[in-house]
Amino acid sequence: MAVRVALLVVSDRITPEVVAKVAKLARLGLSDDELQQASHQLSDMLDHFADIDALDLDGVEPMTHPTPISNVMREDVEMECLDRDEVLAAAPAAEDGRFRVPPIIGLEE
Amino acid sequence: MSAPQSSPEAWSHHGYEMVVGLEVHVELATRTKLFSASPNRFGDEPNTNIDPVTLGLPGALPVLNRQAVELAMRLGLALDCRVQRSTFARKNYFYPDMPKAYQISQYDEPICVDGWLDLPGSIRVGIERAHLEEDTGKSTHIGGSGGRIHGSDYSLIDFNRAGVPLVEIVSRPDIRTPDQARAYVSELRAILVAVGASDAKMEEGSMRVDANVSVRLPGAEFGTRCEIKNLNSVRSVGRAIEYEAQRQIGMTEAGESVRQETRHWDENDGRTHTLRSKEDADDYRYFQEPDLVVVDPDPEWIERVRWSLPELPAARRARLATATGQATDAESVLVVTERGQDAYVLAVAEWGGDAGRALVYVKEAFADQGERPAVPAADVAKLTLMEVGGTLTATQAKQVLAEIVEHGGGDAEAIAADKGFEAMDTGRLEAMVDDAIAAQPDAWAKYCAGEVKAVGALVGAVMKASRGQADGKAVTALLEHRRSIT
Amino acid sequence: MHDGASPTGVADIAWNVRNNLTSASDILERHLAAIAERDGEVHAFNLVLADEARARAAEIDDMVSVGRDPGPLAGVPIALKDNMCTRGIPTTCSSRILDGWRPPYDATVVTRLREAGAIIVGKTNLDEFAMGSSTENSAFGPTRNPLDTSRVPGGSSGGSAAAVAAGFAAASLGSDTGGSIRQPAALCGVVGVKPTYGAVSRLGLVAFASSLDQIGPFAHTVADAALVLESISGHDPMDSTSIRQDPLELTRQLDMGVAGLRVGRITDLPEGASADVVARLDEAFDTLRDAGAEIVDVEVPAFTYGLTAYYLIAPAEASSNLARYDGVRFGHRVEAPDTNAMYIATRTDGFGAEVKRRIMLGTYALSAGYYDAYYGRALKVRRRIAADFAAAYERADVLLTPASPTVAFHFGDKTADPMAMYLCDTYTIPSNLTGEPGMSVPFGTGDDGLPVGVQVLAPALQEARMFRTAAELERRASR
Repeated sequence: MAVRVALLVVSDRITPEVVAKVAKLARLGLSDDELQQASHQLSDMLDHFADIDALDLDGVEPMTHPTPISNVMREDVEMECLDRDEVLAAAPAAEDGRFRVPPIIGLEE
Repeated sequence: MSAPQSSPEAWSHHGYEMVVGLEVHVELATRTKLFSASPNRFGDEPNTNIDPVTLGLPGALPVLNRQAVELAMRLGLALDCRVQRSTFARKNYFYPDMPKAYQISQYDEPICVDGWLDLPGSIRVGIERAHLEEDTGKSTHIGGSGGRIHGSDYSLIDFNRAGVPLVEIVSRPDIRTPDQARAYVSELRAILVAVGASDAKMEEGSMRVDANVSVRLPGAEFGTRCEIKNLNSVRSVGRAIEYEAQRQIGMTEAGESVRQETRHWDENDGRTHTLRSKEDADDYRYFQEPDLVVVDPDPEWIERVRWSLPELPAARRARLATATGQATDAESVLVVTERGQDAYVLAVAEWGGDAGRALVYVKEAFADQGERPAVPAADVAKLTLMEVGGTLTATQAKQVLAEIVEHGGGDAEAIAADKGFEAMDTGRLEAMVDDAIAAQPDAWAKYCAGEVKAVGALVGAVMKASRGQADGKAVTALLEHRRSIT
Repeated sequence: MHDGASPTGVADIAWNVRNNLTSASDILERHLAAIAERDGEVHAFNLVLADEARARAAEIDDMVSVGRDPGPLAGVPIALKDNMCTRGIPTTCSSRILDGWRPPYDATVVTRLREAGAIIVGKTNLDEFAMGSSTENSAFGPTRNPLDTSRVPGGSSGGSAAAVAAGFAAASLGSDTGGSIRQPAALCGVVGVKPTYGAVSRLGLVAFASSLDQIGPFAHTVADAALVLESISGHDPMDSTSIRQDPLELTRQLDMGVAGLRVGRITDLPEGASADVVARLDEAFDTLRDAGAEIVDVEVPAFTYGLTAYYLIAPAEASSNLARYDGVRFGHRVEAPDTNAMYIATRTDGFGAEVKRRIMLGTYALSAGYYDAYYGRALKVRRRIAADFAAAYERADVLLTPASPTVAFHFGDKTADPMAMYLCDTYTIPSNLTGEPGMSVPFGTGDDGLPVGVQVLAPALQEARMFRTAAELERRASR
């Protein structure tokens, strides 16, 4: 039977490498120091959150919604649209009635 | 490399067969978008069909369009799918034409499952699922060559199309030849149009086809598959699959392993090219959409939709085939049904006309007529009877038909008389046959000796002498009879 | 907090304005004066809407003068948490990434408040994107607790709580995802309510965690909070998660008392509440017993797992909800040579540390290979918690817990360790997970004379009995 040893070292539940991948997915830029710090903080949190590992949840259905509503739909009827000029005036960059972005490189369609 | 052996039912190259599944996205013919009430319209000025939901503005919430659900059920039931309780899921990824940086789709629980599509006169292709999802906006790339991203200076985004309702129809990997793939796409399109779910025009983007292609030795395990995108026509579907299968076979034979990846079909150079590999693929982090609730159509609604479906193309072809004595996959049956003119042929029969002849006339002369030909069916009926009864030869009937079509109707008897068509009596015909035999003794000798082809010259001579008025079949019959008694 | 002559509080103001005894403009000026005098110190507001409010007050006064009824909230100055969309008016979520953004539409609750005759005096400060329990995570500087400006007002709706506590508004709206109304209400000594999930429309509420967020009122009294909640609740067809329900009816039943009501004490409640808070809670039970309620012991074994489930589910939903802040269509953009670099630069610059932390935690919890262990598992824990509460509600009509583990703490006390801050939500989180209502009502004071809030919890759509209980506590607390 395994004996639990008090954690004296900082947990590495999430390594900086994994944090880097996560940051990339989330489009957040982290320096190496920030990656280290995030790795510590997130690992620490996940250590706390390990309390649910002990629960027996076999056969328990996931609960995604608080209330059991179903079949909410609307009729196929047009409603007023937003004013394009107003919307584009609030855009960071616009041209020719459209939103302008830098070259779309390195992204999956 | 020898050319692959290909027939409608078999494709094989160096012993390998292709394994193909098709993913087809169709834009539904609703008035408004899937989750908001902006118009679902093609061709409007950019960014004029937008609302907070379409633009993914903070605080915006989606509300499901009932008509989109109805159309998804229609097309699912037309494909013999089961309609089930379904949920929506978020597919998370970043792209400028994805306003929320996630697409609302269906993942674990799609609305339609386990259907099939019978290819005319051919195999049954399984349909794994059909699900609802929203379309993205459109990007235009400025500054590069050919409007591609590569080398562009910047891009412009139009969100008119963002949020348009799509159904993605996923087939099982049952397709084994390029012809089958093309037939699948054509038949699917016909069904979608017939039930009113979509106008399914590949050239306008309201139907988009991606192909999953792998190769294997028959009976072996499925090979690694590649996804092929940018198939803009039925023809491209066939060409791209052919190319890709051969590419994979070439690699396999050379001992290279095929990498699982997404490839782009280039219509101009006739090849597929790597778009991205699996390692680069995004982690979509699917989870159930918390802003929407379960869709659980009750049995009454499902049955109502089922009973409201029109006669599907397969059933119409069967009816036409039976009425005209043709095979269900005969070319004339396929072509006429696809044009929507099967009902017309049956109408001619109802006027007492000959269905078989009517089918031929319609196929050959009604290409420009559309679903409701301007020509009265009664007029065509009368013409068919004149031909079948021997009053007119096939050639003569064709000419009368041309007049009837050109003038949007007409009395076949009157037109025939006008043209001086008379039934050629047997005596005159026999005399012409005698003349032809006399004029071409060599041909006659060859024919009597057994060279069947030699009859052509003799028939031709009679046709010439009669200025096309003789009935070719009758002439041939006479010659045969002569030969048999010689 | 009666001023003697001039009406304060929602019910009083509305009654006086509707009956032409006071003008809406006078009421408004009083509140604007309070803001001018003290908000420099408190910083409850990101934006004060003095001109708009004056124009609206004049409209209300015109209506009254021609005999038209402006509505049940006539002339009531109300503040809105700055994560609720107000058309043409900046809505920042206290984040740089939305600095200056003006929504092209109003949130449903804003429309309903206006239709009820209320006057919106300003947009209040919050923890950035509603993530926090102290309002120290605002990109525009913290809000200070009006009762002791060296302490936090709580969060994330710290600005809205402080605005009511300081007399800047008669009521305010906040949002509650893990306790962000109830905890600041407790720390500021006001009433704060999170209604049943789906009772109030979320349309126009900038989403943090979609299956948990709810809008609710802050007010000085239970009756005032009930009035506001009645005005904003009710079905909204533009919100698919909105319950098909008429607006809540609460004020009629407020004085019914608690005789015969079964009030549950959760015996296996997680530890962490300070002694003064525990003492006030015990007194609350005694008070209700004296008022004729039956105190029953119940167990909610999974209660203690609420924190974990929440901190896996909420960040997961948030990581997706906040992905739209990408610099393409609105808000802040940092230019870059390509779109991907633009995304990274914009989001890195625009989001604060806590928001980034939660986005990463949430992205991780959903990612391939980790979904089952984290997000997927947390959803099952959620179901288990709901089941335990359902069992408890078979034996009790309402439950009582602390709203916050402690009274208001000092700035910087909990910022070193994120987990320390997360623990502030221990008692409020489970009802967000289950979708059931909860409210905090002031009940006595704790250490340093700071207010303590008692939380009343009830089953879904049972706000009436929850308000009755809170009203009884309020009645007896002031004795």
